[in-house]
Order: sequence, then structure tokens, then C-alpha cells
Amino acid sequence: MERRELLKYIALATGGTMIGGELFMLSGCKSDATVDTSKSLLSVEQILMLDEVGEIIIPTTDTPGAKSIGIGAFMHKMVRDCYSKEDQNVFLDGIKILNDRSEKENKVSIIKASAEQRLSTLNAIDQEARKYMNAKKEEDPTHYFTMMRQLTILGYFTSQAGATQALRYVKVPTKYDGSLPYKKGDKAWA
Amino acid sequence: KDYKTASNDPWEMEYAGRTTAQQREDKPVIHRGWAAQESVVDAWTNEKDCPYTEDKPFTWWRSYRMGGRSILWGRQSYRWSEMDFEANAKDGHGVDWPIRYKDLAPWYDHVERFAGISGSKEGLAQLPDGQFLPPMDLNFVEKMVADRIKKNYKGDRHLFIGRVANLTSAVANRSNCQYRNRCWEGCPYGGYFSTQSSTLPAAVATGRLTVRPDSIVTQLLYDKDLKKATGVEILDTVDNKTYQYKSKIVFLCASSLNSTWVLMNSATDIWPEGLGSSSGELGHNVMDHHYNLGAHGQVEGNLDKYVYGRRPNGFYIPRFTNLGNDKRSYLRGFGYQGGANREGWQRDVAELSIGAGLKDALCEPGNWSIGATGFGEILPHHDNRIYLDQRLYTADGKITTDASKGKMKTDKWGLPILAMDAELKDNEKAMRVDIVKEIKEMLESSGVKNIDTWDNGHNMGHGIHEMGTARMGLDAKTSVLNKWNQVWDAQNVFVTDGASMTSSACQNPSLTYMALTARAADYAISELKKQNL
Repeated sequence: MERRELLKYIALATGGTMIGGELFMLSGCKSDATVDTSKSLLSVEQILMLDEVGEIIIPTTDTPGAKSIGIGAFMHKMVRDCYSKEDQNVFLDGIKILNDRSEKENKVSIIKASAEQRLSTLNAIDQEARKYMNAKKEEDPTHYFTMMRQLTILGYFTSQAGATQALRYVKVPTKYDGSLPYKKGDKAWA
Repeated sequence: KDYKTASNDPWEMEYAGRTTAQQREDKPVIHRGWAAQESVVDAWTNEKDCPYTEDKPFTWWRSYRMGGRSILWGRQSYRWSEMDFEANAKDGHGVDWPIRYKDLAPWYDHVERFAGISGSKEGLAQLPDGQFLPPMDLNFVEKMVADRIKKNYKGDRHLFIGRVANLTSAVANRSNCQYRNRCWEGCPYGGYFSTQSSTLPAAVATGRLTVRPDSIVTQLLYDKDLKKATGVEILDTVDNKTYQYKSKIVFLCASSLNSTWVLMNSATDIWPEGLGSSSGELGHNVMDHHYNLGAHGQVEGNLDKYVYGRRPNGFYIPRFTNLGNDKRSYLRGFGYQGGANREGWQRDVAELSIGAGLKDALCEPGNWSIGATGFGEILPHHDNRIYLDQRLYTADGKITTDASKGKMKTDKWGLPILAMDAELKDNEKAMRVDIVKEIKEMLESSGVKNIDTWDNGHNMGHGIHEMGTARMGLDAKTSVLNKWNQVWDAQNVFVTDGASMTSSACQNPSLTYMALTARAADYAISELKKQNL
């Protein structure tokens, strides 16, 4: 897959309907291994844990957070149906690594940790993921936390709450204005 | 209606616009590019049912359904110029076009009015103006860069809004473009030209249209005494039976390579290589526009400006090489398509990792960025060809000559398949270096920062502008079609799609196919009336 071409194409796609392509391409779209979609890949507990991870990445502010749009279930669906086998394994291992880290640092699993504990642990892992992604070779797998972060952003901003409350969404714009006045704080278009 | 998702909201999509692992496995070719999106992945051809052989890499974008690729097209619509029709004669590559710009100009007028092409008049010899609806707007930053390019290159280079088959005012019963930028899902407003929005309603209105969907034309029926086609044979893909339809004339517009495929399967009792093969050129001279390369960068400031609406169009930079006093080490030229916009939530905000800061940042637009992709002319090379793959393959895919060990590859219906044997050659490769160099310079001198260039190489076909393989010409010995798009060997057969192209120029070719088709149809009717066909 020509990731680079796609990145550029999206960057210059003039209207921006390529929803989340950029993020997605950075994670699982490389291999063509078949995925068995008939069964659930994650347990309910794991999905609930991903809700909490997503909520740390995109928290509730004056607009809804990722948990409220069911980000755990979204991640589950995307990993199950869209990820390659290899990326699925990275993601599944990641869930375990995350919990192990939380156990070590907070003496409790992610789901039982306090919001502060989660933020502190995930912040540290996020820094490690960035370092890894910047240094890794093309063929090395994506970091599991990079996947979670990207899926959260993708799922959130393409959700109804994300598109209509966090962002501005106009279903049928009817016209184009290429010089719309903008002031800091105005929301981006969905 | 086929327009399943056209009125959905983004959050109604199951996979946020992405395709699944299963779809990637089922349709690997379409996943080589950016065209495989959740909303349209079903519209692309089933690659398992309809295989082809890649002797050399060839990316064939196909959509076998009513309206075909007219729904899934880029809508950029440019006339060719006099110099494009003269190019082969002047530099000796390929045969001479049997027509010139003046032959096609009135038909460009006709199809532009019918299809509805919006655009600006620029007065350029290399890109003639046409019958345009009002142009869409460049945005603030694009205008700024356009002005700088004009000044930096002393009026020799131009950046203006794309000429596009999206309506900026109503045409016939079709509404103007609503700036949703979801054309590919099918437009409920008829806002752009497609078979469904435009030609089909017009044909229905004649009261003389019969459409036969789910059919594959397997061959033209040829009468060797009359030296004419008498109709077509089709395979009904639902009941798996063949039917014959008789006709005084036949127009082949099955998209470039499939029109040639039909010819290759026709009249093989007289010409083993098929109807039109007496020239030795049927299947040869396959062309495309090479792309997969360009540049992208950041534009500082202008943060008090944003855009409203999702414009399904960008800017165009027409050819400037090998024009007038400009001479290059390679022949012919290229153009660019691109756009500027403020970055959306898809951007990575490196300084903000996770949490409320990240969220707040992504809820606002980012900086302006601008990018452009080159589209270059590919010369007609005789040895760039397609052919019916009649080789025998063993079970593990190896070629064999032993009939007991192998068999021919066919499609789901047992029909022969195409093999592709085409590649970029030296002229194209030299041009690619220049395409990247020039856009980088143009952006740099216009004040664009952090410019990133790319060239990912190019499989033939990837430009989605595959053409040639049944070229027009002046001589039956070196071309398949005459100046009216008639097959030399069966003059009541007209091939008017991309197969007929004698050279490729660098402009998006669909408008030229439309003009050739309208011109040939007009001629066919007048000849029918004179009882010459």
C-alpha cells in the first residue's frame, strides 16, 4: 500500500471527505491476512477498558468525550474487521502490556485505576510510543498505543457527537466560500 | 437506486470510511491506491470474478455496473489543443492523428454544454477555453499562490480553478453542485455529469432506449461478405445464456481496454487476433498519464481565513514545458492538480500527546497546507501492449506448454482475460524528474515552507487514464480506426472511447472521449441516412 501517496493525497484533497484515512493508514492497512470476523476478538472487560483509555485520550470537556460515543466498541470493531492479523496481535498484546504497566505503577489494572493514575501511565506510554514510532523501520509494526490513539481520534471525530458537537458539521453546504473569516476558537468543519 | 450511502451522515458508516481486511483481500488491485473507501468499495469490480494477468505491473480500475466509471470519475474536463493533435506528426512518435483541433472544437462545445463544465477562460493556446458554466472559486491561499506564480514566472505559468463537470448553475433537470464533495457515492442532485444524471435520462426521453444490464458483450457478429458487423452477441450473467442482437451500426464504448477486448474476440475466423488486428496495432500503444508524484508544503499565516463548503475540485496548473521557447531533454509535457486547505483533525499534533489539550487543538483547524500532483504524457510505444492471455497455467500458477498439465485463465464466465505488458520508458522517466523539480521550485518561490516531494513510481493504468490499443490514424496499415472512429475493417463499427486515442497529451481525457463520441455519432447518423453504412 502506498501510504505516502495516500497521505499526500488526503492532505491536498480539496474538500476533505477522506474521513480519517491518514490516521488509519498509519496503523493497520498493510497486510492482507484474512480476519475471522465471526467471533468477538475482545472480552467485554477489555472493551470497557478501551473506553477508559479512549476517554483519557479524548476526555469529556465542554463537549462529550470518547467514552460517551462507545470508543471501546468502535476500536473492537475496527481491529476485528479492518486490521491485519499482525496488527491485531500487536493490539491484543498491547492491552495486556497496558494492564501490566498499570498493575506495576498503580497496583491496579487500568479499569480500576483512578483517572489521575491512568493519565500518568498513559502519558508515559504515549511518550514511549512516539519515540518508538520516530525511530522504527518501515517494516516494524506500529506501536499498540499509537493504534489506540489513532482509533480513538478516528472514531471520535467521525461519531455524531464528535462531528456535530466537538466540530461543526453541515450536511449540505450548498456553496463554497474560500475566504471565510476565522477567529481563534472557531471550530473546524467535520 | 445504486446511491446507497449518498445521503448518509458520516457516523452512519460502519467503519468510519475504511475498508475491511476481507475487502482488501478480495480487491487487492483497487487497494493499491486511494480509491478503496467504505462507501464505494462495492462499486469497484469483483477482482476474483474478473482477473487479468500482469506481465508487468498494471493497475486497472474497473467498475462493472450501470454507469460504470462515470459515477467514479474525477470530473476534471479539459480540451486538448492544436499542439496535442500535431504532436505525433511533429516528433515522430506514434502515427499522426487523422484529425486536428478544428475538427473536434464544435463537438467540445456540444459536450461541454450538455455535460455542464464549470471553469474560467484563460486564453491559453495549450488549453483552449470552452463553453463554461461560471467557475468555482479558488480559496484565499490558492489565489495568493496563483498571483505569486504569475509574477515569478512573468505570466508564463498559470494556476487557476479546475475545469470540472460539476454544475455551478442548473442544467436541464439537474441541480447545481451542493458542495458536499461526495460525488463518488452518486449525486442525489445530479450535480455532476454521469450516465445516470445526464445521458441516460436524455436517452430515455427519446422513447427508443433499451438497456440490458448484467450483460457482457462477448463478440461483435461479423459478416465477411458484407464486411460489416451485423450486431453483437452477449452473455447474460444472470441466466448464463447468450443472446444475439442485430444492428445496422455498433458503437463500442466499453472503456478503453474492454472495447479492445471485444474486438480481439470478434471475427477471429478471419483474423485470428480479432477485428481490427489486420493493422498489427490492435492492443498496442497502450497509454496512461503517469502520476504518483508531486509536492506538498506549509503556508504560514493567513489564520484569519478559513473555508466554508466542501468543494469537489481543486486548482489546475496547465502544461508549460516544450512550449514556445521552452525546450526540455524529453518530449511533451505535464500538468498539475492540487489544492490548499487548513488541516483538519487528521493531522498529528506532535506537541500535544493525549488529553484535553489534544482534543481542543484538533477541534480547531490547523495551518494552511498546499499540495499538487503531476499528470504527465506517456508516448505511444508499440511494445506497450495488452493481449488475450491464452497461455496455459498449472495449478500453482506456472506457465506450461503441456495441455495436460495446464489450462487457460478465464473469468467467472469462462471468457478469455487480458494480459498487460506495458511500462514507463525513458521519456516518461526523464519527465518524472522534472515534474517533481518544477513543482518544488514553483511552491518554494511562492513562499511555501517545509516542502516535501514524492515520487512513488507508477504502474501503468494507475493514472486511471488508460487509453490507446485501437488507435485512430490515416492509414489502415498502421491504425485500427479511421478519422471517424470507424474500424477500418468493419466501417459500421465505431470505437469512440479511450481505446481510439492516438496520443495521450497530459490533460484528463474524458472530455475528449465525449467529443469524439458525439462527433462520430453525428457522422454515423448522417451516413446511415445516406445509406452508406
